[in-house]
Formats: sequence, structure tokens, C-alpha cells
Amino acid sequence: MNTEDTADLEQAFQIRIDKEEKIEPKDWMPGEYRRNLIRQISQHAHSEVIGMQPEGNWLTRAPTLRRKAVLLAKVQDEGGHGLYLYSSAETLGVSRAEMIEALQSGKAKYASIFNYPTLSWADIGAIGWLVDGAAIVNQISLQRTSYGPYARAMVRICKEESFHQRQGYEIMLSLSRGNQAQREMAQDALNRWWWPSLMMFGPHDADSAHSAKSMRWKIKRETNDDLRQKFVDQSVPQIDVLKLEYPDPELKWNENRGHYDFGELDWDEFYAVIKGDGHCNRERIQHHVKAHEEGEWVRDALKAYDAKKKARHAA
Amino acid sequence: MSTEKLELFEVFIRSKRGLDHRHVGSLHAEDHQQALEYARDCYTRRSEGVSLWVVKSADIVASQEDDAESFYDPMDDKPYRHATYYQLPKEVDNM
Ligand SMILES: [Fe+2]
Ligand SMILES: [Fe+2]
Repeated sequence: MNTEDTADLEQAFQIRIDKEEKIEPKDWMPGEYRRNLIRQISQHAHSEVIGMQPEGNWLTRAPTLRRKAVLLAKVQDEGGHGLYLYSSAETLGVSRAEMIEALQSGKAKYASIFNYPTLSWADIGAIGWLVDGAAIVNQISLQRTSYGPYARAMVRICKEESFHQRQGYEIMLSLSRGNQAQREMAQDALNRWWWPSLMMFGPHDADSAHSAKSMRWKIKRETNDDLRQKFVDQSVPQIDVLKLEYPDPELKWNENRGHYDFGELDWDEFYAVIKGDGHCNRERIQHHVKAHEEGEWVRDALKAYDAKKKARHAA
Repeated sequence: MSTEKLELFEVFIRSKRGLDHRHVGSLHAEDHQQALEYARDCYTRRSEGVSLWVVKSADIVASQEDDAESFYDPMDDKPYRHATYYQLPKEVDNM
């Protein structure tokens, strides 16, 4: 194809996006749009899957059978979300095996928040409430992303997420209305998960490597900073209902802005965790590799059974 | 030519970009290409869609409604998979 043709195609592509029409798998799209999407969707899928680990850590120690059943259902949903997202990335021509290999070799990232450890049962409450809460703010926005299969996966995921946040908040509510030790546990979990949750929205817009182009292509619909503000605004009244102390002394309603002000994030920590120096980076990947390898015999058995059936059919 | 010799195809239409393909019906055709053209003529005479899928009916594996009870049984006793299961104070009930 000559450059003139490509320019025409690119123009038609942008016009379609500007008209709020979705891009579908067989449409022509710029190579960089495709690569950007593969990076973002696979990173999102990896986050769902790796995100099962910190919560899985408490499955066997949930305080009641009810809590255990709920947590199990939630973790199961996250595995499902990973699947929806991997399949939507596959429509762009990347294989599942390539994506898994990129995750395991460290080439692909996942949300840094899952590199923090879950130290107490209250962390399960804080994760559902804050981490899923932050994910929901992001995912609601992504329901309007320009790539059809990604947008549709987001719609499905958002429908399932609400229970995740509510079950987490319910845990926080019981603890914060409990005895002194339980209240302290809830406060400690809030203090530890608050900042990493704000970091989930990524760097400031000015420092975000992929932002400008992603916004023009409508892969992203709202900026990191706008989404973060939305999350803060919705979360503060929820802290009030728990009657817990604010995890940030600078958290204050700003009448003029019509938003809550909040303190600056620790960006050194943010980049350190992304680079691999969080508490659990190595453990998370090692566990993923181990689970993958231990599942090898199942995949082998499926292949062998399939071959046997085909052979019988051919005979 | 008798239609019994022809294959049965299921037809799916995407009515608008961004939406899922939805099943609209079936038809007989010689092969995929012909099925696509027939589907266009039968199901999109009023521009009902922007994209068509045709799938050989024989390639569809379906669960049986008669088996629904045992097939879906594990889902019925898990009300906690629904958001409405969790009772929260009014001020935060919109989450
Ligand atoms: Fe999820
Ligand atoms: Fe979730």
C-alpha cells in the first residue's frame, strides 16, 4: 500500500472515531492503535488474573463460611474478567500464549496495586471497597472506549463489579462497628490501601506516556487525573459513613472547585513498584508460572483426548 | 435441486457498530459464501445490519433446556453473586 492510501485510511478511521462509531475487529486500523490496544487490554487482563492472588491469600482464613463463599465468588468473577479481556485482545491478532509469555517474562505489566500484600482480613474489605471501587470508575469510563470488543467486555464486567465493591464495604462496615481491635484493623487497612488505590489511575496526565494519542483515538475517554478526582469524591463520604479517620491529612472539601482536595502521591514508590520493587512482584509472577506449569498435564490430556477422538473419527 | 440436500446455516446480524451480533434466523445454502448472500437478501432488505455472520447449524453445540435444572443448578443457591444481596446504609447505597 502506498502512503497516499494509508493517509486516506487513517483519515477515514479518525472520522469514524470522531463520530463516536466503534471500531470492529476486521476494520482497517493504524498499527499503533492496534499495538496500543493490545498493550492496554492485555495489561488489564493480567491485572484481573494476578489480582486473584492477594484475595486468594485469605480464602482459607475467611472468618465465616458466608464470607468465604462470597470471597470465592468474587475471586471467581475476576478470573472470568481476565478471560473476557484476553478474548477481546485476541480479536486484534495476538495469541493467548504470547500474552501469557509477556506477563511471565515481565515484558507486560499489570496493575501495581496487586504487588502489595494482604496482611489482615480487613484488607479484603479495603480491596473490595477501594481497589474494585477504583477499577469501577476506570471501567465505567472504558465502556465508551472506541474498540467494540473491549467496550462490550467492559459492559459485561461492570455489571458484575458492583457486588465486589459492596461486599468489601460490608466487611469494612462490620469491622468499623466492631470492637476496638476491629476498628483499628479497618483503619490500618484503609491507611495502607488508600494511596495505592489512587495510584491505580496512573501518572499525572502531563507525565503519562500514552495519554494524548489514546485520548485522540478514544481508547481512553477521561484523563488519569479526572478519574482519580472522581474516585476521591465518591470515596470520602464512604469513609465518613465508616466513621474512620481520613488516610490523608490534606483531604478536604474545596468549595470553589466543587471537589475534594488531596495530598500529592508518592511517585517514587509508584515507579519503584512498576519497575518490580514492590513487596510481592516476584512472588506474584512466580506463583503464576507455577500455576501455569502445574496445569500443563490438563492441557496435555485435553490435546491427547482430542487427537484420539479425531483418529477414531477418521478411521 | 431439493433444499434437503443443502446445508442449514444460522444467521447473526450486527445492527450497529459497537453492538453484539444477534441471532435472527436460519436458511439453506450451498456454502458459506452463498449463505452470506442469501442472508443479505433475506434478513437485511431494510438495512437491518452493518455486519452479518453465517454459521453452519451443525457446528453449533447447544445445551438442552431439559437439562437446565442440573446444568444451571449450582448458580441458584448463590444469591451473594448479586449486588442487591448486600444491605448498605442509605448514604452509600449507590455503590
Ligand atoms: Fe474485575
Ligand atoms: Fe472486581
